[in-house]
Amino acid sequence: MSMFGQVYVKNNRYKIKGNFHHLTPNIPIRNADDGWKLMGVTNPRDMTYIHAYGGEAPFFEALSQGKLLGTRCDNPDCEFQGTVYQPFRIHCMDCLGRNTIIDMTDAAQKNAVIHTFMVCERSGAFSLLDKPIKFINVEFEKVDTILMSYLSKGSPEIGMRVVPIFKKQSPTYTIMDLSWVPAGTEEDQLPEGFGF
Amino acid sequence: MIKFSKQQLKIPQLMRPVYLVTAGQSKFDRAIPDKRTEELCIDALTMAAELVNMSPAQLKSYIHSCYYGHFADHFGDQLLGEAVIHDRLGLDPLGNIGIKTGGATGGSTLWEATKAVASGYSDCALAMGWERMDEVPTDEGNFLISCAADKDWESPLGHIYTGYYAVMAQRYWQIFGKAEDSFRRTLAEISVKHHGYARMNPFAQSPMKITVDDVLKSPVVAYPLRALDCCLMSVGAACAIICDEKTAEQICKNAPHKPLRIWVAAGSHTLRPADRRDMEIPLLPNETADQYKDLGERFPGGDRYPGFTGFLATRMSAYYGYRMAGITDPSEDLDVIELHDAFTISDMQSYEDLGIRPYGQGRDYVESGDCYHTNPKTGQPGKLPSNISGGLIGCMHAVGATGIMQTFEMASHIWNRWAEIHGEEKIWRKFGRPKPADWTDLQVKGAKRGLAISHAGVGSHVTSTILIDPDHLLKKDD
Repeated sequence: MSMFGQVYVKNNRYKIKGNFHHLTPNIPIRNADDGWKLMGVTNPRDMTYIHAYGGEAPFFEALSQGKLLGTRCDNPDCEFQGTVYQPFRIHCMDCLGRNTIIDMTDAAQKNAVIHTFMVCERSGAFSLLDKPIKFINVEFEKVDTILMSYLSKGSPEIGMRVVPIFKKQSPTYTIMDLSWVPAGTEEDQLPEGFGF
Repeated sequence: MIKFSKQQLKIPQLMRPVYLVTAGQSKFDRAIPDKRTEELCIDALTMAAELVNMSPAQLKSYIHSCYYGHFADHFGDQLLGEAVIHDRLGLDPLGNIGIKTGGATGGSTLWEATKAVASGYSDCALAMGWERMDEVPTDEGNFLISCAADKDWESPLGHIYTGYYAVMAQRYWQIFGKAEDSFRRTLAEISVKHHGYARMNPFAQSPMKITVDDVLKSPVVAYPLRALDCCLMSVGAACAIICDEKTAEQICKNAPHKPLRIWVAAGSHTLRPADRRDMEIPLLPNETADQYKDLGERFPGGDRYPGFTGFLATRMSAYYGYRMAGITDPSEDLDVIELHDAFTISDMQSYEDLGIRPYGQGRDYVESGDCYHTNPKTGQPGKLPSNISGGLIGCMHAVGATGIMQTFEMASHIWNRWAEIHGEEKIWRKFGRPKPADWTDLQVKGAKRGLAISHAGVGSHVTSTILIDPDHLLKKDD
């Protein structure tokens, strides 16, 4: 019986167990208009990748704990010292110094607004979000960048005040653990597994 | 805040004049199950040879190095596909390299080939691009394309690139379009125009006679963008031959057209729009800082540059490219353009980034009729016709080939060979496509100068390719 591929790190090396690929035979592709002559074959493949978050790991871990982390350049020699990044950015894009991790949860709860949005009726394969997906880009006071995320409740509007919610139960440890709802939304209205 | 140093703003210089001498392309379609990619590339190179009255072997004998544009290995399921194509074209043991810059791959391939000739490394270079997007179903194709967004921060959010453009469309519509229905209809006009021009192009994948209402009633993909606002997913190949002056004269000796001067410049910006920081607008030669002083007053929210409404990479490619070629006003100096209409909104945004209209006024380029081959308001030739090929919405978006196809399209106008290349019955028959009874010659009469934009991601890489008839240069060589 197969099991999903699982990975952990020991001594800075990946340790894997389970099935990382599944074997499926090729199947011929034939031409229905020309005597079912051979045109090609299918090449089935089902793989699981191993992906390192590196210096961004604290951000994705913090989402499961109900925290929104950003970063700030504190390099006194940087011309742009004080730049705050959300999305979380490991290094300052100007001086390339290592940024300081900051907790933006409170700020996001108080001053996040929708910069722009869209409502997605179709998605690509492997999308795990329910349609329609309400993409929003969120801007914050005194933050130089604009985070892309999604709204879980209500209809988005430019300028709408929103607050972050976090998938604290059964987190996926991906960006999908962060979502937003209109300010004033009650806790019992949140999607399953999410909390403020 | 982004600031550029003086060194970074240096205008690029080619070390010697560079020419595009010929080009070619395959049929474009959603799927071409009866041909391998190499067959499509050979179709393109054979066409390029025929246009200069040479055999493929004769043309190949001039080629010294090769530049292959192929964006998505995972679409074609073939790593080092460049080596496969190079071998099948019989060009071993010449040096070759693969180039990948997303949707800008075709333009970037021309950029590399042009620099190779300008530097003196090669006297003749092949720029060949292709894409094979029919080996997965459409939803998986959308997934694969979304892998060109940031895979941790954006791709999981729907796995659909249209969504990443739709947030820009929403912002642009509300800020510069003032959320007017008329603006939305203007966007739809772009799709009508490009599908309509595709009807006259035997190579094109999606010829359609449609109306604005058809666009506005097409299924929503990512509101406000609908299916007919979006580019195609395609299979096909295109190539161009880039030379120094002496070689260009030799190759065109028996050709019915002359070599065209070529310049290519490139710009870039963040892969994630989320990372865009504010900055001052880099000005093109036809702009002044004063004209944007009150942009935020005229369009509240529009003073955040580039924000989600402009493409800095496009602006920078034009910033460099215009000055390399001596363009001081694109609307006056250029005769024909091909823009990267991945979506109707990005077409509109580009009008402003390229200085065809000032920021905030892009819609006027469509509404005035200037962007048409024949201005529907006046019945006279459009001032600066765009995307006569049908563009990415009507003709194709076989990613690695797109920028080269669009450059070839411009060349066909400057060579005054558009009708021959697009109108001959044998081409329509060869592709199994019926030539419309109302087929119209879309040659832009008297075209001497053109511009093609090749654009990646949500503006991560952009190239401006400028072609000019050498007898109509805008500046003397430095």
